[in-house]
Amino acid sequence: MNNREETLIPKIGVITDVRIDTPDVKTFRVVTPDGKKAFEHKPGQCAMLSIPGVGEAMFSITSSPTNSEFMEFSIKKCGCVTEWLHEAEPGQQITIRGPYGNPFPVDDKFKGQDLLFVAGGIGLAPLRSVINYCRHYRENYGKIDIVYGSRSKDDLVDYQEILNEWMTDDNIFVHLTIDREQEGWDGHVGFVPNYVKELGFDTNKTVIICGPPIMIKFTLEGLCSLGFEKTQIYTTMELRMKCGVGKCGRCNIGSKYVCKDGPVFRCDQLEELPNEY
Amino acid sequence: MRKCSIQALDTVFETIAEAAVLYLPVDGDNGASYKKWEKGTVMSNALNTVRSPKDFFFPQSENLMEFRTSGKTIEVIDKREEKEDFVVFGVRACDVKSFDILDRVFLNEPCDSYYADRREHGTIVSMACTRPVETCFCQTFGIDASNPAGDLSCWKTETDVYFQANTEKGEKLLAAIAGVTEESDDTAVKAQQEKTREIMKKLPLADLTTEGFGAGKTAELFNAPEWKELSQSCLGCGTCTFVCPTCQCYDIKDFKTGKGVIRFRCWDSCMYSDFTKMAHGNPRLSQLERFRQRFMHKLVYYPENNDGVYSCVGCGRCLAKCPISMNIVKVMRTIGGKADE
Ligand SMILES: Cc1cc2nc3c(=O)[nH]c(=O)nc-3n(C[C@H](O)[C@H](O)[C@H](O)COP(=O)(O)OP(=O)(O)OC[C@H]3O[C@@H](n4cnc5c(N)ncnc54)[C@H](O)[C@@H]3O)c2cc1C
Ligand code: SF4
Ligand code: SF4
Ligand code: FES
Repeated sequence: MNNREETLIPKIGVITDVRIDTPDVKTFRVVTPDGKKAFEHKPGQCAMLSIPGVGEAMFSITSSPTNSEFMEFSIKKCGCVTEWLHEAEPGQQITIRGPYGNPFPVDDKFKGQDLLFVAGGIGLAPLRSVINYCRHYRENYGKIDIVYGSRSKDDLVDYQEILNEWMTDDNIFVHLTIDREQEGWDGHVGFVPNYVKELGFDTNKTVIICGPPIMIKFTLEGLCSLGFEKTQIYTTMELRMKCGVGKCGRCNIGSKYVCKDGPVFRCDQLEELPNEY
Repeated sequence: MRKCSIQALDTVFETIAEAAVLYLPVDGDNGASYKKWEKGTVMSNALNTVRSPKDFFFPQSENLMEFRTSGKTIEVIDKREEKEDFVVFGVRACDVKSFDILDRVFLNEPCDSYYADRREHGTIVSMACTRPVETCFCQTFGIDASNPAGDLSCWKTETDVYFQANTEKGEKLLAAIAGVTEESDDTAVKAQQEKTREIMKKLPLADLTTEGFGAGKTAELFNAPEWKELSQSCLGCGTCTFVCPTCQCYDIKDFKTGKGVIRFRCWDSCMYSDFTKMAHGNPRLSQLERFRQRFMHKLVYYPENNDGVYSCVGCGRCLAKCPISMNIVKVMRTIGGKADE
């Protein structure tokens, strides 16, 4: 009982910058009151943010651990906490606790591999941390492909970073798509799962998927029809969470707690769980 | 082993209460419940309390912290004070085992400090059962009602009360009441245990087993067609989870006091429809999924994570309290019995 941590008592964080990404997604920079990172994390891990009196909610840390100055969260407006955050201005304090969950295996299984990232909408948030980590340690990874799609051009999260940084990198191939034709868009049009099939990747890659459940489902089917094995594919899950430490029971599926045994799962491990997500 | 006469029990209580807050089961209009001992308090002879003693370590509602906000700034205040030592006297074997089940959740890394604090300050004095009833099935889970665990175990006969320390805390308590007790052999206790075990053998649920459940049974049981009929009448009222000594799901909420904000946690129930509700949908849409979760967790998932230990102690509270008379025994008989067919 000596190893006691105050797991539920948060630290103070300060929002130092708010970037408008899309009509319903904003990206927030967060540091401690003395200007440091609240804690270290690994790609794929999450944090509980809260506004006292409004509530607490779990978010992926979208910035890479290699960013030594601050953490970033891309947050979609959809309820009490997120709406409140969307009204917040720089200088606003919030509370933060974490990091929670298991990260993507960037330092072992992913090493030396060609990587294929597939994201839809706000699903890019957890993957951005991995992508920028891999870009930082570029020599550790093979070819990198990124397929990213959203409803429209205006709904692409991190669009400027994608254009100015990812697309200009050597040996990183970004494939963007939007659901419907739009003026000023000369890129691909169509749903992500179909686009992945059209692009027809060779199967010696490790795949990382995140997006709406329906997108994940169809992309998985597509990849399997291309000859990918479930053991090559990773995803990150979202269930209602309260504690983040495997005790409140919210995120329990089978004998796993998504907050502590996930949120990152390899698809063959996911298949062993009861279909309740 | 030490003993005192029944008449001396009040002196034992008085001695314990000098050093710690003492709680024991007391009869009331709605059955027995744990109350703080004061001079003159009479201990209940009821088989068990209506509510489980989990409140002592995991209260129905507890404040976690406070916040003070002004302008854009926030202050977090941990208002906890040093806890007082306390003794819970008269806990039955099933409920003593429930603490072990809760420990595996709350003391597991990362340790829950709120729970751990209470656990450290609490001493459990158990009381052997002599008259188990038809809703009791602790023996299904390997619990011996006539030989309860706890820091200090007690047996009450017609004339005397016997004490046996099992832990350091128990030894300490036994030393504190040494003046009121005397050394004794265990003949009377053995005889009582013999009698109780005979009664246990004849209980209607004596044949209930955990066969068909346990680690590795998810694939086999999850899609069992029987869940539909079993869950059909469940009201989702959550009574079963609230009276259950081993149910441990909780919610965290904020309360605005006018001067600041209190963040508290309170019991929650996987039987409630909004338990898993999210912005993009609910993975447990109907009562079938929620009902199945409660029992799969107790009988399959929990044992899978905890060396085969089940998250039920057979206390029978849910059998007594469910408004539609659904319960874990019916689930075990219906779903578990399948394996034999
Ligand atoms: C591991 C993980 C990572 C995540 N990462 C991100 C991320 O990077 N970015 C991001 O934007 N989101 C992320 N999320 C999702 C985010 O946590 C939720 O969107 C967040 O909880 C919303 O909080 P809120 O207070 O704004 O919404 P809430 O006010 O809780 O409401 C959300 C929705 O739930 C429903 N709801 C909730 N409670 C009730 C109730 N009592 N009764 C009826 N309906 C109710 C409502 O329909 C509402 O639309 C993540 C979630 C998890 C679990
Ligand atoms: S099983 Fe009974 S007590 Fe439990 S939620 Fe259903 S109706 Fe309520
Ligand atoms: S499930 Fe029922 S019998 Fe089992 S411990 Fe809980 S209340 Fe007691
Ligand atoms: S969020 Fe509490 S158990 Fe996972």
